[in-house]
Amino acid sequence: MSSASEETTKGSTLRNAFGGVLGFFILLLIGILAFSIRLFSVIKYESVIHEFDPYFNYRVTQFLTKNGIYDFWNWFDDRTWYPLGRVIGGTVYPGLTLTAGTLWWFLNSLNIPLSVETVCVFTAPIFSAFAAWATYLLTKEVKGIGAGITAAGLLAMVPSYISRSVAGSYDNEAVAIFALIFTFYLYLKTLNTGSLFYATLNALSYFYMVCSWGGYTFIINLIPMHVLLCIVTGRYSSRLYIAYAPLVVLGTLLAALVPVVGFNAVMTSEHFASFLVFIIIHVVALVYYIKGILSPKMFKVAMTLVVTIGLAVFCAFIAVLVALVASSPTKGWSGRSLSLLDPTYASKYIPIIASVSEHQPPTWPSYFMDINVLAFLVPAGIIACFLPLSDASSFAVLYIVTSAYFSGVMVRLMLVLAPAACILSGIALSEAFDVFTRSIKFQLPKALRMTDSSAGDTNPESAALPNDVKPEKHSSSDKTEDNLKERPSKKNRKKEKENIEKVAIKPKHEKKKRLLVLPLEASVVAILLLIILGGFYVVHCVWAAAEAYSAPSIVLTSHSHDGLHVFDDFREAYAWLRHNTEVDDKVASWWDYGYQTTAMANRTVIVDNNTWNNTHIATVGTAMSSPEKQAWEIFNSLDVKYVLVVFGGLVGYPSDDINKFLWMVRIGGGVFPHIKEPDYLRDGQYRIDSQATPTMLNCLMYKLSYYRFVETDGKGFDRVRRTEIGKKYIKLTHFEEVFTTHHWMVRIYKLKPPKNRIKGKSKKSKSV
Amino acid sequence: MVKSSGSDDARALIRSLRVAYSATPTTLKIIDLYVCFAVLTALIQAVYMGMVGSFPFNSFLSGELSCIGTAVLAVCLRIQVNKENKEFKDLPLERAFADFVLCNLVLHLVIMNFLG
Repeated sequence: MSSASEETTKGSTLRNAFGGVLGFFILLLIGILAFSIRLFSVIKYESVIHEFDPYFNYRVTQFLTKNGIYDFWNWFDDRTWYPLGRVIGGTVYPGLTLTAGTLWWFLNSLNIPLSVETVCVFTAPIFSAFAAWATYLLTKEVKGIGAGITAAGLLAMVPSYISRSVAGSYDNEAVAIFALIFTFYLYLKTLNTGSLFYATLNALSYFYMVCSWGGYTFIINLIPMHVLLCIVTGRYSSRLYIAYAPLVVLGTLLAALVPVVGFNAVMTSEHFASFLVFIIIHVVALVYYIKGILSPKMFKVAMTLVVTIGLAVFCAFIAVLVALVASSPTKGWSGRSLSLLDPTYASKYIPIIASVSEHQPPTWPSYFMDINVLAFLVPAGIIACFLPLSDASSFAVLYIVTSAYFSGVMVRLMLVLAPAACILSGIALSEAFDVFTRSIKFQLPKALRMTDSSAGDTNPESAALPNDVKPEKHSSSDKTEDNLKERPSKKNRKKEKENIEKVAIKPKHEKKKRLLVLPLEASVVAILLLIILGGFYVVHCVWAAAEAYSAPSIVLTSHSHDGLHVFDDFREAYAWLRHNTEVDDKVASWWDYGYQTTAMANRTVIVDNNTWNNTHIATVGTAMSSPEKQAWEIFNSLDVKYVLVVFGGLVGYPSDDINKFLWMVRIGGGVFPHIKEPDYLRDGQYRIDSQATPTMLNCLMYKLSYYRFVETDGKGFDRVRRTEIGKKYIKLTHFEEVFTTHHWMVRIYKLKPPKNRIKGKSKKSKSV
Repeated sequence: MVKSSGSDDARALIRSLRVAYSATPTTLKIIDLYVCFAVLTALIQAVYMGMVGSFPFNSFLSGELSCIGTAVLAVCLRIQVNKENKEFKDLPLERAFADFVLCNLVLHLVIMNFLG
């Protein structure tokens, strides 16, 4: 007897060890997959930094590696926001740059001479591998190893996350998502173990998140929400106290250390929820403690006493809090946070926020594009989380619900939804596989024996099941119900949901725990369907990574009948600026191109993508929408030498300045009321053909974009707007064209020097 | 009549509280004293802030949060070493204390950054 049990334990340890090694290798492969699926951009294009913000981060990292950490904190950048400048050290989230800088320093001290750019390009893929492992850990805390591995595999290639972390996409989100998931993991780990050690790690990981991304407010609001949920549903435990209270104190202090957050960590409303819950959890802890040491009768007496006093104190406290919040400007909420709570806020009040495409609400297809089949698996995952509901699984549910709401407000918060969707889908898939494989495992031997003994039996498992010796007995009525339900449901998710529901409902009905067994054929078919579903997901993800999300946007390509065309105009223009202008010349452009101009052309810009000064941006917007003379005056007052416009009319590049022009008018008009949007619209329509308004045809942006355009094809046909332009022969009086790139995508103009007085006089006399 | 019964209740409550508390082990009582001291210091600072103002805000923040943090960590330690807490039965005392020291170390290293 004992030897037999020993043998089984030996067998199980061997199996566990084997499973552990297998799991390790699967995770390793998942990490490699997460890294390599993001390399399409390097393979298809080249190893470059993408888009706009990454160029700024790259420039900061270059500064950091060259001048060291102390100069970085004190860096005042005079090459942007001329003439104001910008205090870089105090206004950036330093997590990403410090990470890449450390990585670069570490590799160099190992005598691996990589350039800063290479390190920056590959930071995001490396951290997405980390994020996949963090997802494994987090889901393991919620639902065990199987779900963890599935979720990690899903996260490694979820398109939403790929879109922000392909090689070259060197942006805050690249490391922040890892930090977000890891912080949540450590919180759940502390909650499950009640160890102060993990609580410390949790606070440090939260610190890293605060360093990396403004999205840390999501953590500091979600965790209190979960704590409150636990308290309200009567799940308070001392582990909850250990998980939460040290996090608030340490986390607040650590957050206040980051210069860009500073004392905002205790002053703004985004953080107040955590303090309120901090107080509540102390009250609750005290109540539980007193309840523990008193007899029930005395406790009742104590309650009546405390409640009367406590209510008064609580009311006073709320009054103080409300007064505090009301006294702070904008009621303590920043514009971006307000636009979270009220999705229409930004478009109504802050055009500068609304003008950014990633701050718009997402469309339905973008959900399918970004999380694909996960959207259908999530509901099943939520149900699986309720069976049984633990502290950790309630956190997962809360996470998906809140992030689903936020993703509906802003496209870029889809990124926060993606890990939650992966976790819950991982749980759903793993539970479903669990049920199906168990059914097969228990029924396969039976079925084989049946076919052996009675080969003519039409339905082997129906006979086999009811008098099965194993614990997962099924009444035949239940089974037929299963069959009925299984047959019509072609969609897998429905199937899973039903199955999982059944798994859970069973133990509730009868005290004895019973496992569900489905008919053999049904489970085989279901597993096949699930694998096909997973296959679709993989195919979609690889497609998305290769085609949709890996374009670096500074190098464009287009396929036409005569082969591949590469448009490298941006770098051509920036290189021209770098080589043909003075070091201290100022270049004006719309703010989208500010970061790129400072990073690639090394020239001073007026405005850039860090949109901290609305008036300055409005000034540039006003200049662009004014007639030539006024624009020249504005630019001259800003000491501008060159004006850069992006024009896609020749090659059909849609995100050019003419298409962004209405935002310039709106932002400019918000500060300088003489710019009115209706002046640029004909009957509410934005057009550039001969029907366009005179204000439109005479504004600087129009002139700079279409100057000499008619010489290209003789008609002036704009391939983005698909019309002939309204004013074909444009004469410039105050600007002169100095450079136009190969495909006319970037055009650079120089401000003409002011005319001499004598000449002006003679001209006047001539005109007379 | 009602009032007198209320005060009776209160007196009975305080008596039973005292009786129940006297059963606590001495080590836990020491921790309680430590917590009380930390909370008291925090309260004094809050009152001082109310009277004088929070001008060097970093000093106020670090002083206040160092007291609160110390109290919170001590409460965590107390929860973990309490024999009556079933959840932490297999957690050795030394481990709990080491965690406590580590957490305090991190807390006060951070606090030090706010000095001056």
